[in-house]
Amino acid sequence: MRARLSEWVVLLRPGDWLVLAGALSLCVLSALALWRGGAPDRVVVRAGGKVFAETGLARAQVVEVPGPLGITRIEIEPGRARVASDPGPRQYCVRQGWLTRSGAVAICAPNQVSLSLAGGAADYDSLNY
Amino acid sequence: MTPSTIEIVPTADDRRIARLAAAAIVLTVAEAAIPLPLPGVKPGLANIVTLIVLARWGWRDAVWVALLRVFAGSLLLGQLFAPGFFLSLAGSLASLATLGLAMHLPRRWFGPVSLSVFAAFAHIGGQLVLARLWLVPHDGVFYLVPVFALAATVFGLVNGLVAAKLMQGPVSGTN
Repeated sequence: MRARLSEWVVLLRPGDWLVLAGALSLCVLSALALWRGGAPDRVVVRAGGKVFAETGLARAQVVEVPGPLGITRIEIEPGRARVASDPGPRQYCVRQGWLTRSGAVAICAPNQVSLSLAGGAADYDSLNY
Repeated sequence: MTPSTIEIVPTADDRRIARLAAAAIVLTVAEAAIPLPLPGVKPGLANIVTLIVLARWGWRDAVWVALLRVFAGSLLLGQLFAPGFFLSLAGSLASLATLGLAMHLPRRWFGPVSLSVFAAFAHIGGQLVLARLWLVPHDGVFYLVPVFALAATVFGLVNGLVAAKLMQGPVSGTN
């Protein structure tokens, strides 16, 4: 079997390897470029049903949102965002951790604050899915 | 019966091209029987013949063989002037143009495999451009590019290897 394989390999010339490597990297690059759908680029923060802040997802920052129970702290990092702290009793939105996909939503219902990621090709959001 | 005033005498060139095109057409028809998951992804076995013709007899003959194959192959499969025929024609024209350029690469470094991979990529390129302009006027077609590119790489490699293997041996059946 090894002898059979080497019979075929000798047919490849140096440039052929180069062309094959180029072709494979073209496959990988096109997959990365075209199938990146769902990469978010915007953060939308709502308080009491109204948009409180809408900002890009490129640089790190902290947004403090006032609600009926107190301050909800939202932490934004390049490519992801989370609710860092919330005065609510059950902490569901904090325990959701980092949101990375477009359409992902974290809701702190007691304090009436929600955090959602938007942009990219969002086919569904994490509530309706 | 009145003797025909036009008499076409086929030259040796014509006969050779016809024989090679027939081989390519047989491969096209045989390949149509292979079930494949995606429309547009085909091994393109007939390109093995095109590659050999290109290496042995040059670009002009390769164009003849490839285009005869596209027309006669689709006629046999009942696809003549159907969308698939135009996609196939666009792909063939693109890959023939690419082969015309790529054949001038130094033979010492670039063998049939390189030509085959270039031709396969040009083929999907031509098909995709036509599909985008005419059949699916939406950027959604480009979503499948990675799949087509992978198919072009794999089938380009396989066809190129087979062509190289066939050209290793002595010439037979062709004069």
